[in-house]
Amino acid sequence: MNSVVCIAQVPDTEARIKIAAGGRRIDEAGLKFIVSPYDEFALEEAIRVKEAKGGDVTVISFGPDRAQQALRECLARGATQALHIKGEVADADSLGIAKVLAAAIKSTPHDLVFFGKQGVGTDNSLVGPMVAELLGYPQVNVVTHLEVGDGKATAHREIEGAEEIIEAALPAVITAQKGLNEPRYASLKGIMAAKKITIETKSVADLGLQDSDIFNQRVTTVAIELPPEKKGGRKIDGADPAAAAKEILKYIREEAKVL
Amino acid sequence: MAGVLVFAEVKDGKLKRASREALSIGRKLAAAAGGDLAAFATDRAAAADAGLYGAKKVYVAAVGPYATETYAAAVQQAISQMQPSIFLLGGTSNGRDLAPRIAARLNVGVASDVDRLEWIDGKLRARRPVYSGKAFATVDVGGNPAIATTRPNAFPPEESGDGAAEVVDITVPQIQAKAKLLETRTPEAGELTIAEADIIVSGGRGLKEAANFSLIRDLAHAIGGAVGASRATVDAGWIDHQHQVGQTGRVVSPNLYIAAGVSGAIQHLAGMSSSKHIVAINKDPEAPIFRVADLGVVGDLFQIVPALTEEVKNAKAH
Ligand SMILES: Cc1cc2nc3c(=O)[nH]c(=O)nc-3n(C[C@H](O)[C@H](O)[C@H](O)COP(=O)(O)OP(=O)(O)OC[C@H]3O[C@@H](n4cnc5c(N)ncnc54)[C@H](O)[C@@H]3O)c2cc1C
Ligand SMILES: Cc1cc2nc3c(=O)[nH]c(=O)nc-3n(C[C@H](O)[C@H](O)[C@H](O)COP(=O)(O)OP(=O)(O)OC[C@H]3O[C@@H](n4cnc5c(N)ncnc54)[C@H](O)[C@@H]3O)c2cc1C
Repeated sequence: MNSVVCIAQVPDTEARIKIAAGGRRIDEAGLKFIVSPYDEFALEEAIRVKEAKGGDVTVISFGPDRAQQALRECLARGATQALHIKGEVADADSLGIAKVLAAAIKSTPHDLVFFGKQGVGTDNSLVGPMVAELLGYPQVNVVTHLEVGDGKATAHREIEGAEEIIEAALPAVITAQKGLNEPRYASLKGIMAAKKITIETKSVADLGLQDSDIFNQRVTTVAIELPPEKKGGRKIDGADPAAAAKEILKYIREEAKVL
Repeated sequence: MAGVLVFAEVKDGKLKRASREALSIGRKLAAAAGGDLAAFATDRAAAADAGLYGAKKVYVAAVGPYATETYAAAVQQAISQMQPSIFLLGGTSNGRDLAPRIAARLNVGVASDVDRLEWIDGKLRARRPVYSGKAFATVDVGGNPAIATTRPNAFPPEESGDGAAEVVDITVPQIQAKAKLLETRTPEAGELTIAEADIIVSGGRGLKEAANFSLIRDLAHAIGGAVGASRATVDAGWIDHQHQVGQTGRVVSPNLYIAAGVSGAIQHLAGMSSSKHIVAINKDPEAPIFRVADLGVVGDLFQIVPALTEEVKNAKAH
């Protein structure tokens, strides 16, 4: 049972975001990058499948040189192979990224293809289902539980106020939600073992794709702006709970206009 | 290419709020871009409702409950019949499952979770909150049709005063779906979900223990809102993850968000700071939640929350 896990490298969620000159990119100078948090659940699930059934876990990331570091981290946690597609991912829209990943996945043995339910930061939640469509695979999105059987997988999909249990034929695309599992940390042994694995590197052209189909197509960023400073609200003393409750009620009725 | 097509989801015989919101902004876009507003539905019941929001036609495919591959085939059929320049979906679980699938099939652009939409120079321009609400991105979405999913509560539903829409039945080619729905489980039946709620009352670790979530539930119940929670309380097992607000939970923007005993960590703020009205109750005057609160109350939630519940009940009784 082989798995591919697609890894997005994103700015640390604690990071202060600055806008680069030109106003269409974020300033990456001094920014710390991490493996997107949902991708950690995706990776952990793939490693568990491997531990139960054998096979390989290949991590793939499309991005600039720094993506190697994210892949190295995944190898230390238990991925067995890594593929880095080198390119200016910031110039690609989600479908461009999906086309690159789909092409890379085709030439990698796989039964399951894992994604995060969203890449934290740009939060599109697009790439996984797009890859599923491009490869003609079924998809189960926002998965909180997975059982892998013979030629099929049963996944629990989180929806509003309920959960769907979906059976998908393999190969299938799964996008991971928090709760799917508890990701492990890299062990010292894992870190040492990871150093011995070579990260394969390819370009977009190596995958047989045209830059003109991937970059600056379809969706283009016009501007990135910081939100207006939120005006400081009112703060009141709640030492007298009854008075405070009355004050809140007044606010709710007169300003939020509910009730 | 003209007009706007909207994915109209029906639940319990009524159009979902997210779909009404998408139709409302869709009508404005149709006026700017030219062409009519139309809806795609899998239930004829949507026709009357969609008409109220200005849809002239409803393309109906009787394909049953949601399944990605079947719905994708049906929507593709509606799009090829109507040739809209824009396709909108409410940002529900199903809307967000379907939009990327259609975009990849048609090789068109898509913007997710948008809170502003305009038609400018023959193009769809969308604004979306990014980096946990620390920035907004404005993107031009190209393709025929250009696709967007709308952020819940970002576009107020506005009736147009029109009558029922014309129903156009469409036949969908048989497809061999590779995934099938075995079962739907509803864990806490009857409880309002935070995704589409207009009012949310959230509890944090300040509640001290699981049983005290009853204080939050009572207030939510009295005011007609949904129960939200911080990750700390979810991780502690006090409440189900469905209730978690924040970066690794749900991003919500209700009309009113009340937080009690929530410190306001950046990952929590990421999920709620775009709420229209925010009330925070916390005993620590320095708690970061106060930075986004419109009304901050420094005090003990164990006293203030029950008092507020009583006030709300009284107000409702009058
Ligand atoms: C501010 C901003 C706004 C943008 N808005 C849009 C937009 O509205 N529409 C659009 O099409 N593009 C948009 N883009 C373009 C952007 O480059 C891609 O959409 C974005 O990089 C995709 O990442 P995501 O994490 O948001 O994708 P998601 O679809 O949320 O990612 C889901 C999963 O896909 C996998 N994945 C994503 N990226 C990679 C990767 N590079 N390598 C390997 N696996 C990956 C991961 O498993 C990830 O968890 C925007 C870019 C910026 C900077
Ligand atoms: C990658 C990542 C993702 C995360 N995602 C999320 C997310 O999606 N959602 C989320 O919420 N968190 C998330 N977190 C966790 C976040 O960082 C905080 O740890 C969490 O939000 C804290 O929860 P809390 O406010 O309930 O608890 P605390 O921070 O412990 O705050 C409790 C508050 O209660 C107040 N209090 C105590 N007693 C009383 C009283 N009697 N009356 C009034 N006030 C009282 C205290 O003053 C304090 O401010 C994430 C963290 C990481 C690293």
